[in-house]
Amino acid sequence: MSVMANNVAHRIRDDFPILGKPMNGHRLAFLDSAASAQKPQVVIDAERECYESYYANIHRGVYSLSQQSTQAYEAVRGVVKRFINAPDEREIVFVRGATEAINLVAQSFVRPKLGPGDEVLITGMEHHANIVPWQMVTEATGAKLVVVPVNDDGTLDVAAYRERLNERTRFVSFVHVSNTLGTVNPAEEMIALAKAKSIPVLLDGAQSAPHMPVDIQALGADFYCFSGHKTYGPSGVGVLWGRLELLEAMPPYQGGGDMIRTVSFEKTEYAEPPQRFEAGTPNIAGVIGMGAGLEYLEGVGMAAVAAHEQTLLSYATEQLKALPGLKIIGTAPQKTGVISFVMEDAHPHDIGTILDMDGVAVRTGHHCTQPLMARFGVPATARASFGVYTVGDDIDALVSGLKRVRKMFA
Amino acid sequence: MSNLRDLYQEVILDHNKNPRNYGVLEPHTHAADGHNPLCGDQLHVQLNLSQAGTIEAIQFTGDGCAISKASASIMTDSLQGLTIAEAQELMAQFQTLVTDMSKEPDPKLGKLAVLAGVREYPMRVKCATLPWHTFHAAIQGDVEVSTE
Repeated sequence: MSVMANNVAHRIRDDFPILGKPMNGHRLAFLDSAASAQKPQVVIDAERECYESYYANIHRGVYSLSQQSTQAYEAVRGVVKRFINAPDEREIVFVRGATEAINLVAQSFVRPKLGPGDEVLITGMEHHANIVPWQMVTEATGAKLVVVPVNDDGTLDVAAYRERLNERTRFVSFVHVSNTLGTVNPAEEMIALAKAKSIPVLLDGAQSAPHMPVDIQALGADFYCFSGHKTYGPSGVGVLWGRLELLEAMPPYQGGGDMIRTVSFEKTEYAEPPQRFEAGTPNIAGVIGMGAGLEYLEGVGMAAVAAHEQTLLSYATEQLKALPGLKIIGTAPQKTGVISFVMEDAHPHDIGTILDMDGVAVRTGHHCTQPLMARFGVPATARASFGVYTVGDDIDALVSGLKRVRKMFA
Repeated sequence: MSNLRDLYQEVILDHNKNPRNYGVLEPHTHAADGHNPLCGDQLHVQLNLSQAGTIEAIQFTGDGCAISKASASIMTDSLQGLTIAEAQELMAQFQTLVTDMSKEPDPKLGKLAVLAGVREYPMRVKCATLPWHTFHAAIQGDVEVSTE
């Protein structure tokens, strides 16, 4: 372990109140940040401050509170723009999370373009949120969902991807980083291949935005999305970024207040993006909290976050590999801090319960990637995933807990 | 939270490692597949019911956690030779055992009582009840059952 990386993370831990609370009589080793990250005090304070000091509905009141709420809410578009290096604030649409972002693009952008025989291309390592919305639109239109296979080490079969991009491909959607395997896909190269054939691309950044610097202009995608709760903000909010000219041409996803210019019973004119896609009163304090989470990450520095998690990944991989009977699923050369594994004689669910008694929180199950579980021939895995606050002690607690599991089931 | 040993008792670990009545029962009169989508557990139960409604043989196969496997193993042991009515009564008692903390285990449960520890772990109750739901589906004539 790099001593410096560990020191920074130990300081960071103090920013997260929950990490100081004992769990089942032990120090909490929270290793499930890929499912949802814990919240720093600044995020908790930002939401509380909104409710305590200036909360009102946005975009409508002329009174001070409403103006202040509107300003704080709208200011988060600027934070997101900077965070992902978007060209224009109007391209930042606030949604409930990455899942809603993908559904929005599937319904508003892709579905009208699809007909019988057309194809939507995804990969074998997608989360259910990047499978089911595409099944819904392809089934409804007679189009076909095409899947790029995953190699044994958890990398994507890029040659197969290249082959499957064809004149019937109307859209490509794939994960930047796999939530189950940790694999970082060669997004820039894959997007360039699609763009060379004029095929628009959505990059699902749910697992990249929290863990590495993201420059969506350099990546070249047409849409990018992530969830606030994984970037240390509240749950129930997230971001869809889309190229302005595409958003401008898209019909609304939902109808309601806040997304219109004028309404009469004969005809409604829709507002411009991003308001067009934000019908109804949004999660105001949640968006403000999400902004605080992103600013917190900026303060740490995304390059430092990525470097810290790489150090932990190497340390944890080495430690886990040394445990007899343990097999890591997903060994791609480019990974984020995610380690899925199975153990001989111990089911992931039992591993999860036993580790919990030591204060170690890991995810167990199929991670909402059932097709990927089938690909690797396992019903489920246990998964340890890291965040800015993860330290070597967390890995050590995991390893000693796994030794106990092994003893119990031997 | 109770001691982990209350959940993973020696009897449970033993049934997990050496499950009883494990294997496909051919021929059989009733069968069903059980599925727990939360953890990916798959369980198959086959049994032979006599004309008089007695369970003459019951076996299982599947892939699951220690709790579901041990529960299936002990369940199949306990159900051999029972009538459908007796089996359903036992199922109701088992359901109470794993969900109701206020009651002492019914003596009729016998060694099924070792699974009482699961009631301290709400996320794991479905692991213990999956074999019973699957058995129930089989005698009802359902082919598939899911705990969701």
